[in-house]
Amino acid sequence: MSPRSALVSVQNLTRVFDVSKPWLNRVIERLPKRYLTAVSDVSFDIPARTTYALVGESGSGKSTIGKMVVGLLRPSEGHVTIDGVDLATETDPAVIDRIRTDIQMIFQDPFASLNPRWKVRDIITEPVAARGGDVTGLAEKLLTQVGLAPEDAGKYPHQFSGGQRQRLCVARALASEPKLIVCDEPTSALDVSVQAQVLNLMSDLKEEHGLTYLFISHDLTVVRHMADRIGVLYLGRLVEEATPDDLFTKPAHPYTAMLIDAAPKLDAFGREVTPPEGEIPDPIDPPKGCAFHPRCPLAIDRCKAERPKLEPFGAGRVACHRAGEIALESAA
Amino acid sequence: MTNPTPVLTLRHLTVDIPTRHGTLRPVDDVSWEVAAGEILGVVGESGAGKSMTGNAVIGLLDSPAHISGGEVLLEGQRIDDLPLREMRRIRGKRIGMVFQDPLTSLNPLLTVGDQLTETILRHLPVSESEARARAVRGLDEVGIPAAKDRMGAYPHEFSGGMRQRVVIALALCAEPTLLIADEPTTALDVSVQAQIIALLKRLCRERGMAAMLVTHDMGVIAETADRVAVMYAGRLAEIGPVAQIISHPRHPYTDGLMASTPAASAGHARLRQIPGNMPRLGNLPHGCAFHPRCPRAQDICRHDPRPVVGEVDAQAACYFPIDASEDAA
Repeated sequence: MSPRSALVSVQNLTRVFDVSKPWLNRVIERLPKRYLTAVSDVSFDIPARTTYALVGESGSGKSTIGKMVVGLLRPSEGHVTIDGVDLATETDPAVIDRIRTDIQMIFQDPFASLNPRWKVRDIITEPVAARGGDVTGLAEKLLTQVGLAPEDAGKYPHQFSGGQRQRLCVARALASEPKLIVCDEPTSALDVSVQAQVLNLMSDLKEEHGLTYLFISHDLTVVRHMADRIGVLYLGRLVEEATPDDLFTKPAHPYTAMLIDAAPKLDAFGREVTPPEGEIPDPIDPPKGCAFHPRCPLAIDRCKAERPKLEPFGAGRVACHRAGEIALESAA
Repeated sequence: MTNPTPVLTLRHLTVDIPTRHGTLRPVDDVSWEVAAGEILGVVGESGAGKSMTGNAVIGLLDSPAHISGGEVLLEGQRIDDLPLREMRRIRGKRIGMVFQDPLTSLNPLLTVGDQLTETILRHLPVSESEARARAVRGLDEVGIPAAKDRMGAYPHEFSGGMRQRVVIALALCAEPTLLIADEPTTALDVSVQAQIIALLKRLCRERGMAAMLVTHDMGVIAETADRVAVMYAGRLAEIGPVAQIISHPRHPYTDGLMASTPAASAGHARLRQIPGNMPRLGNLPHGCAFHPRCPRAQDICRHDPRPVVGEVDAQAACYFPIDASEDAA
């Protein structure tokens, strides 16, 4: 059991997808079943009223974890406990309903996540209306909170710009007065100046409502700005976890260092970098040992044979046999 | 600059889209030059007209959008008024193009080798075997391992980053003098993005090729471009050397844009934000299009004529540009 203060506790979370071809093809072409391990043995806690960020490149499993936390996917193994309740095994409908009210999600594409045939009022009060709650004046109140006009309640989603739509998504997420909001790339589809507005709004609301965020993003600069703690994922495994300052000034895992180094920087005019080598391996057939070893400049024989465990390192945790041995030329 | 004639010259380029509710002007009086070996970064937010400008240069505007004023010159020769057939000969041959999504830029039914060979044969007077040899060299040059064996592979057999490399090879196989890259790394992961940026820079330097890099990512611009053009609402807001634009922007819009990136606000609780939204093209304010959101706006900004780069200030289209001295304060 996790410490009392953790609102969300993720333990040994694993999710395997069956990506086999249809059975007839398998019989005719004599193919074996194929499995993709999207998330593998991931554990972390999110204390109440903090922001935990998951970063990683495509295929690292960050969205899959987000979906398992809100209960859109069932874990293959492991548990997600929210406020002491595991939704996958809980049987009391009253408890399930209470916890579900506490979790909301904001998605990446504000164009795909709002029903175009519903009025804004119906969209943002739906989480309350679906449970038979009182929605008088709720839409107007929420719209004001996210910086839109109360009159907007009568409009349709297509009458709003991308940034305004994302505000609507935030308003809907707030409707049921949740404790936890899972944000999956909430600003990736937005322009920089609009992104700044939405991120500021999210920070303000966190203070006002005492919210806890699970913030999923591929953008290191956004994560550094928003998070209290960052988990770095590579091929479905947590490779490093640290506070933003530690992570960016002294990354302990070579993959983290590579990511930070590869991210374009504003003050690096004409910077000549040797770009990282290789690409993310095929998740169906990941490398043996440490999954990062084929691209790792520090890899030794041990890395090819033995997978490093996630172990405490400084104030964080890291999964690397050579943790902390990185030459820190570019980390600043 | 060794060659006095710039590779690309835009003079007061204007694009109009006639609609039922009046004419929209997504590109309005844009002028700039790109010299050989130089990378010009074009930044702006959605709707700023940056992609439209790129499409206007290569003559790929979707009807009813059309060039309604100004001219486009390629190595001193006017190309915006050429008939379609001659324009086709220039496109691909003298101007290479790279778009955002590598999968939609490649034909899924042809092997990568066939697509490259076809393009080379179309534009260069070489034999088929020579074209295939050049195709292999092209793939090799963009860093595709075992290029010879990969000639027979179809686009879906490549990863996203490798596909974008193929698209770059395709754009460069006829040895163009100008490359237009429209958000070439936006669909890619950070580590792959770094690889593609390094590749583009290397190729421009080695071949002395001019490039117009259209992107919304300030970080990519900072690392890649020699000069930067900032667009707002179809107009050129500011243009200058990359270090100057990023460290000492003169236009209040550029300043706001730079400050609202999370990287620039590191350590601050809140990001600086520009109030309001980008105006709609059908409803642009009089005078400077940025004045309703501008902290420095005064009466003169609200009326025509609007400020133009080079008239009031050499770098920015602004009546009250930010001074370097204020910057320090």
